[in-house]
Amino acid sequence: MILAVAEHRRGELRDVSLELLAAGRGVADALGTELHVAVVSGDVERYAGELNREGVDAVHTVAHGEEFNHDVYVQALAALAGDLDPGVLLVPHTVNGLDYAPALSSRVDYPLVTDAVDLRVDDGTLAVDREMYGSKVETTIELPADRALVTVRPAEWSTAEGAGDAAVEAFDAPIDESAVRSRVTGYEEVAGGDIDIGEADVLVSVGRGIGEEENLDIVHDLAEALDATVSASRPVVDNGWLPKNRQVGQSGKVVTPDVYIAIGISGAVQHVAGMKGADTVVAINNDPSAPIFDIADYGIVDDLFDVVPALTEQFR
Amino acid sequence: MQLLVPVTDAATVDDEFEIDGLVVDDRYLTYDMNEWDEYAVEAAVRIAEAGEGVEVVTVTVGPERVEETVRQALAKGADRAVRVWDDDLAARDLLDARAKAALVEAVAREVDPDLVLTGVQSGDAGFAATGVTLAERLGYEWAAVVNQLDLGREAERSDVSERASGEAASTDADVAHVHRELEGGVEELTEVELPAVLTVQTGINEPRYASLRGIRQAQNKPLDVRTPADLGVERNDLETPLAWTATREPESESEATVFEGDADETAGQLAGVLRERGVGQ
Ligand SMILES: Cc1cc2nc3c(=O)[nH]c(=O)nc-3n(C[C@H](O)[C@H](O)[C@H](O)COP(=O)(O)OP(=O)(O)OC[C@H]3O[C@@H](n4cnc5c(N)ncnc54)[C@H](O)[C@@H]3O)c2cc1C
Ligand SMILES: Nc1ncnc2c1ncn2[C@@H]1O[C@H](COP(=O)(O)O)[C@@H](O)[C@H]1O
Repeated sequence: MILAVAEHRRGELRDVSLELLAAGRGVADALGTELHVAVVSGDVERYAGELNREGVDAVHTVAHGEEFNHDVYVQALAALAGDLDPGVLLVPHTVNGLDYAPALSSRVDYPLVTDAVDLRVDDGTLAVDREMYGSKVETTIELPADRALVTVRPAEWSTAEGAGDAAVEAFDAPIDESAVRSRVTGYEEVAGGDIDIGEADVLVSVGRGIGEEENLDIVHDLAEALDATVSASRPVVDNGWLPKNRQVGQSGKVVTPDVYIAIGISGAVQHVAGMKGADTVVAINNDPSAPIFDIADYGIVDDLFDVVPALTEQFR
Repeated sequence: MQLLVPVTDAATVDDEFEIDGLVVDDRYLTYDMNEWDEYAVEAAVRIAEAGEGVEVVTVTVGPERVEETVRQALAKGADRAVRVWDDDLAARDLLDARAKAALVEAVAREVDPDLVLTGVQSGDAGFAATGVTLAERLGYEWAAVVNQLDLGREAERSDVSERASGEAASTDADVAHVHRELEGGVEELTEVELPAVLTVQTGINEPRYASLRGIRQAQNKPLDVRTPADLGVERNDLETPLAWTATREPESESEATVFEGDADETAGQLAGVLRERGVGQ
């Protein structure tokens, strides 16, 4: 059987949970086996209802605590896996997935492959496609499909649809509280402040290709000429060149402007997660193999220090 | 207090490159200290500078090439380094998280660290799994994707928040107060009992440049080369059922219209498209 593990946060099931069901159904079909889903902590009854989609054969709930705690997750899922003996465990490749999948892999001795973008089954072998070098290279890693833990990249599979009729089974996991040695004490929303890049119609977005803080002037000049707002990829914010509220991406803001102009940004998956909903994407990058061109509508393969001032001139 | 920092280098590929069998031909690769490890080294060195009697040890699984990166970590303030390698490791194409964690674990058992700071991921292969695998093997507590860190004593919980990130004062700490950077601009505030492994996210601090003095001193700091056998790592701890079977350039899904010409020409064409969309009017 395939066992997919759902993810929720602060009372909401996250989309990636339903993507995992689609990925899991595909693998289960190829192996001629069942797809089960587990949900741990929080309002598990409600989550079980939402997870009960077409193609799901059983939902296992573990009611223990409210929010994600990796010590609880590892214990609960190790016990459940011991009980069900799944061939493949699927976990989201999210920040919380990263916080328990490797420990679970060690505890139950299921070999681990992370960040899958595609899964295939051939003759009892699970082939996992994953990327290297910021998406410039794709590799395949194979392992036996009777004992594998795979983390699955968000937004690669579409969500499972349709109501299912799976049985919902409460699993009474033995949780040793003395082994819970981390406590979540709260949450903080960051990246507020003067400006909301999510509101902008046109974003001029700058990446590490800008090189140095002083060079940002040409980007501000372009934004001014276009009456646009400046946003950035993570390294620009990490370096303190722009405040956190300008960061586009997985850990920053998700933006959906009419026009997104990516300047010196490679198009890493965590960046693209934040801007792929833009209507028109323009990329200016001197590396023709930069993955940003895969999602761009218009591209210029050239030095940004030539193109950006020239573009500004066009609007002066 | 003992701090252990697993450090690796990561490769970036040139704009044009060739794949030779399973790997990108070495001619097209440039190695630098893994971006995430720069922040982990800085976090460790800051803790050492803020307290007395703190030793920062780096550990690296890798070939001689990676000593350049290790020397950088020493130049930035780590006290000594251990590099683990042998011919069997060199002959493998895939070092998975389990094998790397098993080797780092063996070094950790000698160093007996209160805190292990890894990076969130290696920039090239991006498994993002070594740190938390190591924690489980050591029986340590852990936290992944940490972008703020304060060490304290369990009893002083209330006043820690006033210290700036990374400027941990007490070296008899028994708890780490961390922020875990979740998706969508949300941070989780978590208390983690020590000893612990934390995986460090970029942006947690501002990594320093090595000073000339630091670079000179680094030449004289100990860098021990060990083999798995020396460390008592069993062969079967390094074996893996994972098989790396293929490497390719992804098929380009690009449907982009790419403008040709010099910068004035391409900028002119792009300006036309932008105007059609009402931009800059
Ligand atoms: C958990 C996690 C969360 C993350 N969250 C985010 C996030 O929210 N947002 C985000 O952006 N990243 C995020 N990242 C980081 C992400 O993985 C990448 O490291 C980052 O997006 C890279 O930024 P970049 O494209 O600016 O830099 P690089 O990848 O270094 O790309 C720079 C680009 O500039 C080009 N360039 C260089 N010089 C020139 C020139 N003169 N002219 C034209 N082009 C040039 C290069 O060809 C290259 O393509 C996250 C990572 C992790 C692990
Ligand atoms: N070969 C290695 N030697 C030492 N530490 C490593 C090695 N590979 C990875 N690490 C550590 O584990 C972190 C995550 O790497 P990975 O799990 O490979 O993505 C890195 O940031 C390093 O701190």
